[in-house]
Amino acid sequence: MLAVAKRMLRDQTAAEEAVQDAFISAFKSVGAFNGESKLSTWLHRITVNAALMKLRKAGRLRETSIDTMLPAFADDGHRARPVAAWPSADEERAQTRQTVMKAIDQLPDIYRAVLIMRDVDGLSTAQAAQLLDITEPAVKVRLHRARMALRELLDQPMREGSL
Amino acid sequence: MTTCKEVVDFLLKYLENELPQSQRAEFERHLQGCSCCRNYLDTYRETIRLSKCCMCDGPDAPKIPDDLVAAILKAKSNK
Repeated sequence: MLAVAKRMLRDQTAAEEAVQDAFISAFKSVGAFNGESKLSTWLHRITVNAALMKLRKAGRLRETSIDTMLPAFADDGHRARPVAAWPSADEERAQTRQTVMKAIDQLPDIYRAVLIMRDVDGLSTAQAAQLLDITEPAVKVRLHRARMALRELLDQPMREGSL
Repeated sequence: MTTCKEVVDFLLKYLENELPQSQRAEFERHLQGCSCCRNYLDTYRETIRLSKCCMCDGPDAPKIPDDLVAAILKAKSNK
């Protein structure tokens, strides 16, 4: 649960507080746990929610532009610069993991939260929309933009083969 | 004719099989003739894979303690 909260909040103390909130919330709403999903899935959802509450309270889920982190195009719709292939990366290497984690940390919270929920924690679009209190199309737009920005951030280290 | 920008705009819909058949065919025609967009698609997919692999807890991550699970289930049965 702490790892889940830390992924969302990027801060040990805030993550510990979120886990504490999640425990309280879990005990308060234990009657709502219907046993259909695994207990770990239920606790995971509650932890994500507690972390999101903290982000919201801190005003970290405000709409933020990431246009400068997105791919650029010429007026005719062609690419402003060529796109090179990436050599295969070894995700078991500490350096690879660190580079990817650092790149994800550079995304604004509002985009990082969606990317973590969908691509890391495996939540569905509908589940992410419910937790973030936004529409499913809005989740998809944010997820796509988050992935594109992350791809740009990883482009140079990947092309240099440093992963 | 599909442009590189449109490929990027519709990439998510393409990957989630949400493009209408005609648009999908047009999209794939563009990919066949554009190595930049093929590279972009591959590296977009690799970005998703790396996010998952590098941010997940891994098999050695601590599991939810058994006594916590037992306490929650006990609390539930007492409600």
